[in-house]
Amino acid sequence: MKIKPNNYIALEFLSRSANEGFARAAVAAFASQLDPTLDELGDVKTAVSEAVTNAIVHAYPDALGKISLRVGIYDGNVLEIVVRDWGCGITDIDKAREPLYTTGGEERSGMGFTIMESFMDSLTVRSKPERGTVVTMKRRIAQRSGRK
Amino acid sequence: MDVYTMTNGCELTIRLRGELDHHAAQETVTAIERALDAALPRRLTLDFGGVTFMDSSGIAVALRSQRRMTALGGGMVLTNVPPQAKKVFDAAGIACGARKT
Ligand SMILES: Nc1ncnc2c1ncn2[C@@H]1O[C@H](COP(=O)(O)OP(=O)(O)OP(=O)(O)O)[C@@H](O)[C@H]1O
Ligand SMILES: [Mg+2]
Repeated sequence: MKIKPNNYIALEFLSRSANEGFARAAVAAFASQLDPTLDELGDVKTAVSEAVTNAIVHAYPDALGKISLRVGIYDGNVLEIVVRDWGCGITDIDKAREPLYTTGGEERSGMGFTIMESFMDSLTVRSKPERGTVVTMKRRIAQRSGRK
Repeated sequence: MDVYTMTNGCELTIRLRGELDHHAAQETVTAIERALDAALPRRLTLDFGGVTFMDSSGIAVALRSQRRMTALGGGMVLTNVPPQAKKVFDAAGIACGARKT
């Protein structure tokens, strides 16, 4: 059974690094209807940046490809972010999620998945070599008293 | 990303301003390395006071600067790190000075 979101946006963009900031800003603007704190917004933007950067850097290493970003709002003030690419995929997901594991050399630190995991409430990664990767993250935004 | 440098004897201070993500990382590293090569300092202070956003790309920038300073026989400190960037450094287990308020 699939639960329908109360609201969502869907974006598609090319894997150019200039779109990293755009993706963060778009998610932040959409999430603002949940009235998040600055800290909550910072966490969500950081996690989005990690997922989108991975798609740009790792999924399409020597080419430009398509990235989709879907953000949904579900009952209970839950924000769900899905970042999908159709790139090279990940062979060993468990290993990729380990802290410090990277195939990116000295330009990367191998902390992206660790950050997504610790900044969000949940993180799931589905991937198939040569087919692509789907990263799904959820974060409940606290409902604050005195506000609707 | 704007990069400002200030030398004081054998101490070099580099102030960063803007969003430090993958898009900005390469030009930031190049600017830092150019400043280090010119000043050959014993001590580097990376001032994050103007960094409005940082992700793991910033960790790699800091670690590369650190390695460069170690090669020069010196040391590096991170100062004025805003809360969002501090959280990212904390997740990576990197010690840094928080922003003085
Ligand atoms: N979308 C993706 N497509 C293909 N491979 C990926 C993707 N995302 C992650 N990976 C693989 O998983 C590894 C770990 O990712 P993670 O984000 O944790 O670290 P990193 O990107 O290497 O470094 P950092 O995020 O700290 O800059 C990557 O090095 C890469 O091999
Ligand atoms: Mg990454």
